[in-house]
Amino acid sequence: MDLLSPEPGLVIWTGLTFLILIYLLGKFAWKPLLGAINEREATIKAAVENAAKATEELKQIEATKARIEAETRKERDSILKEAHALKDNIVEEAKNAAQQEATKIVEAAKAQIAKDRADAMQDLRKTVAKLSVEIASKVIAKDLEKDASQNDLVEKYLQECNFN
Amino acid sequence: MYIRAKHIILLLLAFLANVSIASAQEPEAKAEAAHEEEGLDMTHLIFHHVLDSYQWDIVGWEGENGEEKISIPLPVIAYHDGKFLCTLSSAFKDGAKVSQDGLVWYMGVPEGRVVEKLLVDTPSEKAVRPSLDISITRNVASMWFSVVVILLIFVGAAKAYKKTLVPHGAVNALETVVLFVKDIADEQIGEKSAKYVPYMLTLFFFIWINNIIGLIPFFPFSTNLSGNIAFTATLAVGTFILTNFNATKHYWIHNFTVPGVPFVMKFILVPIEIVTMFIRPFTLLVRLFANVTGGHIIILSLISMIFIIGSIAMSVPSILLTLIIFVLEIIFGALQAYIFTLLSALYIGLAVNDEH
Repeated sequence: MDLLSPEPGLVIWTGLTFLILIYLLGKFAWKPLLGAINEREATIKAAVENAAKATEELKQIEATKARIEAETRKERDSILKEAHALKDNIVEEAKNAAQQEATKIVEAAKAQIAKDRADAMQDLRKTVAKLSVEIASKVIAKDLEKDASQNDLVEKYLQECNFN
Repeated sequence: MYIRAKHIILLLLAFLANVSIASAQEPEAKAEAAHEEEGLDMTHLIFHHVLDSYQWDIVGWEGENGEEKISIPLPVIAYHDGKFLCTLSSAFKDGAKVSQDGLVWYMGVPEGRVVEKLLVDTPSEKAVRPSLDISITRNVASMWFSVVVILLIFVGAAKAYKKTLVPHGAVNALETVVLFVKDIADEQIGEKSAKYVPYMLTLFFFIWINNIIGLIPFFPFSTNLSGNIAFTATLAVGTFILTNFNATKHYWIHNFTVPGVPFVMKFILVPIEIVTMFIRPFTLLVRLFANVTGGHIIILSLISMIFIIGSIAMSVPSILLTLIIFVLEIIFGALQAYIFTLLSALYIGLAVNDEH
């Protein structure tokens, strides 16, 4: 029967053609094609891994950021607190210093005033004594010679008597 | 989907036209011939299509001088009795004979055959088949055509990957099929599969493309290469060689000693195992041959029904049935390539892996 008897010619040609086809396809089709597919797989794998790595890194960075932020906030708070304390200190000190200075100035002024008053009293006393003497001398001018000893006596009395 | 259906219908119409032109002359030439004889003509028509031929018919019609056709003459190459014949099939047109070196070559139907074969008369013998007939027959020419098609498709696809690793469209679709076949090999053969993947891919696409070529009903397609037993047998032998030449020691020990069964059972099981070695590739070749040739015969028979019954009305059920079978054949074309490849991978996997 024709259908069931393989023709040797066709067997030979099929075998030869198939072998050549395997070689040609293997070299020019399957190798580059599967190579490209493998390469693509590797690329995708690397990309996915890199993405995972990047996500992980991002997470770490986020954590670091949060930590640094918290630290910074804490530091800021402490700096602020310190600054406040410092400010209070300075104000206090300045207040104290001003107080002291003011007291000093007042005291100095008081002393000056007292001294000026004493001086003025002294001058006044002198002037009064002089006037008294003059008046007295004028009153008893004719009686009394212009005697230096009498001036000394007046001076002496003036010293003795205190106006205070 | 609509476009695909339309294409199939167009192909079918072309197919019908082809067959009707080729067969129309028969009933007319013998207008009064008995139905039985017409049936025989149909048988001849079907076998002429399903079997091989020395020339490639493009179209035939009923001319003034009877049957006329346009066909491509193909090279006839043969060897007999120390002498070579190398000519074109047109040299044998209309029963012409070629005398050369004391041998007379001619085309004739050998005893018990249906289609014409190259015969040779020697001084001592008459009408014998040449000892070697390696003519480029219609099937061989069709096979080379399929090789060109396959190379264009796949070398082209491989080139697309040079531009980008992520090709679009047809190449992407092709890649899906390539990976599908590669996965068959990987799953069945396991870690040793890399060596066999090129064979599996080539096998699958060689069968599939030739199945498709066989289904397209006009020149330069419509040959029945993948339904030719010589073709399927050669591919099955390929799988047989790969299976047994790469088999591990474990495979041979298993086949020839069948460990783990009672001693008496070995007398039954060892012969079974040995026969199995040969039955496996044999089932491969018979399955592909029978399915593809069966499909072609069914389609041609359904179309022939119109001419056997001789009624226009018959064309309606005939064409509808043909359409159904045609669609089935398109599915089977891929399915048979898949089964052949899957079982080849399975057999090789069983032989080259130590563990079952």
